[in-house]
Amino acid sequence: MGNYAFYIPAAVAIAATFMVVTSRSAIHALLYLVVSLLAAAVVLLVFGAPFAAAMEVIIYAGAIMVLFVFVIMILGRGPHVRRPGPPPAAWIGPGILTAILAAELGWLEAGGGAVVGSAQVSPAAVGASLMGPYLLGVELASVLLLAGLVGAFHLGYRLGAKGTPGATDKAQKDGGGP
Amino acid sequence: MTGGGLLHVPFEHAMMFAGVLLLLGLAGVIARRDAIFILLSLEVMLNAAGLAFVLAAARFAAPDGQVMFLFVLAVAAAEVSIGLALVLWLYHYKRTIDIDKARDMRG
Repeated sequence: MGNYAFYIPAAVAIAATFMVVTSRSAIHALLYLVVSLLAAAVVLLVFGAPFAAAMEVIIYAGAIMVLFVFVIMILGRGPHVRRPGPPPAAWIGPGILTAILAAELGWLEAGGGAVVGSAQVSPAAVGASLMGPYLLGVELASVLLLAGLVGAFHLGYRLGAKGTPGATDKAQKDGGGP
Repeated sequence: MTGGGLLHVPFEHAMMFAGVLLLLGLAGVIARRDAIFILLSLEVMLNAAGLAFVLAAARFAAPDGQVMFLFVLAVAAAEVSIGLALVLWLYHYKRTIDIDKARDMRG
């Protein structure tokens, strides 16, 4: 019985990921990717990794997906721009998949709680491991994130110095000058 | 066995789950020509790799898998910030995010 706790979110994750790869519109793909990450978080929770599940939701489905939303909205063109008229039906698919996940979470909380509660690796154990044998890895990750920060700032700074897209190319050509 | 408790999922099924996600992401990277979709598929692949770490470590109830998952998360965060900045550059100069149009280096 407890095995369904794994197979249901796994199937949801695979279906949502398939929709990510085959979707035509970027924002729809993003919706399905969020569902896929939530399903993966449920899998992690069932496998006794609540800390990884929380990180999956907070960082992957939260922070990284918001970055994608920003960029898609900045590019702001193509079929993913909301047009006036009746609301699109794009929410139905992700909504159904998320409802399945929510139903399973409720089922786990109600009856199958033993699946979640047993043999899990606590966040304290993860933290002790991070600050123990993996301390060098944490330092390397911080250096990597610093490099990412500097790189993104560098790219964004040069992009901003050129002004808004569209206006700048013309302005540079027209305003040539010395 | 896996994860203990009521969960008796064969280890192979957990690994196959991560593998299927990875292959779907790989198919997306290969098939799509939109830079946003390629980055999304890369996220899928990184997520699948992290999942494989955690699920493998859960077999032995070890914390190491979640530690590696955090490292994968850091790599994904750095990669996606740089990648999206590059997409903005591409759109700024080429007016498109079709990577087949970015052929200045004859790649």
